[in-house]
Amino acid sequence: MMWLSKDEMASRVAQDIPDGAYVNLGIGMPTSVANYMSDNKQVIYQSENGILGVGPAPEPDKINPDLINAGKQYVTLLKGGCYFDNAESFAMMRGGHLDIAVLGAFQVSATGDLANWATNNDKFPPAVGGAMDLAVGAKKLFVLMHHTTKTDEPKILEQCEYPLTGAGVVKRIYTDLAVIDVTNEGLRVRELYGDNTLAEVQALTAATLLPPL
Amino acid sequence: MINKICESLRAAVADVEDGSIVMIGGFGNSGIPMQLIEALRLHGARELTIISNNAGTAEEGIASLLRDRLVRKIVCSFPRSSGSIWFERLYEEGEIELELVPQGTLAERIRAAGAGLGGVYTPTGYGTRLADNKETKVINGKGYVLETAMPADVALIKAHRGDAWGNLIYNTAGRNFNPIMATAARITVAEVNAVVEVGELDPEHVVTPGIFVDRVVVQEVQQDDVA
Repeated sequence: MMWLSKDEMASRVAQDIPDGAYVNLGIGMPTSVANYMSDNKQVIYQSENGILGVGPAPEPDKINPDLINAGKQYVTLLKGGCYFDNAESFAMMRGGHLDIAVLGAFQVSATGDLANWATNNDKFPPAVGGAMDLAVGAKKLFVLMHHTTKTDEPKILEQCEYPLTGAGVVKRIYTDLAVIDVTNEGLRVRELYGDNTLAEVQALTAATLLPPL
Repeated sequence: MINKICESLRAAVADVEDGSIVMIGGFGNSGIPMQLIEALRLHGARELTIISNNAGTAEEGIASLLRDRLVRKIVCSFPRSSGSIWFERLYEEGEIELELVPQGTLAERIRAAGAGLGGVYTPTGYGTRLADNKETKVINGKGYVLETAMPADVALIKAHRGDAWGNLIYNTAGRNFNPIMATAARITVAEVNAVVEVGELDPEHVVTPGIFVDRVVVQEVQQDDVA
């Protein structure tokens, strides 16, 4: 089977982000989507700590220690960008002003439920950050995640086993095997990478997949 | 004559009592009033409730308050970061109470407190475990959770410049929670890189109007002044 690398997965998401979109990229793998954006498109990145127009990492001698992204990495501000407080930042996120949010996930359900903030292990402290606000507030929520866990368990399930971040919020799932849309009919495969077959991908998915249209 | 300039960091936090609810601005290591936190640690008030986005990392900032066992409860959205060793240790030992609040809800509960509201209905968290035991309401067909206002006794915030009237401006993304926390506490103390003359800040660019600020104290250890 063909498994995309993390960089290839991020690059695949970048292809689907239109010119002029306002986008929030979650911490971890989603952040790297920006590295693969075509120069022909102008995409404005929002960072939940209060930046619109996030630019690339600074030169080492130009670091401003206060200027970080949601993943706590040093960034820069693009010309035309601006800063604001957290209430205003979350008004953008919750209020439907962002076109696309890309988040990682532990699990996604057949109806687009998202679980990405807590496991069922109570010893491990939970952390939610801005995920729940983005889940309900972005116009489109894309999930970027590996198709299975490190121990080969499916992450796409009929019902999430972990606590929900939001119910029915995911629009599309990008994994290392396929692109899958969450539709009213169910999970519909949009694209299979390489020679991957529906049967192969289905075997690693614990929810019914519909064939590409 | 209004003069909110406080002569020392220690004096600025000297009246924080045991059991106080203390808001601390910042996100990650950006825009944190590190020197006020150190003054609070040395002041030694105990049984504190801390409201902040994160729970501190390594031995710095909020982590140093946790290490010294000065904190009973922490209210935050993202307590677990790489290096948040003291939070993780106390959590595992059952020595600290955690109230986990989604980041936008944390911001809005603080804003509501500062704006004189009893709370807000937010769609965030509806249908999730974080809405358990909270009032919910369906408005125009969409589900919302009632989140109550969250005021504090003291807010410790970090700004770039301040004047004797308490007007503040910030450094880039160091703004984060600082302006809203300034509105929500009985006493707001701002740590600034430098004090400027009244009238020097462009009134069109003042981010926090001085009415929200009680004390302005300049850093005693000069940090790189980058903005």
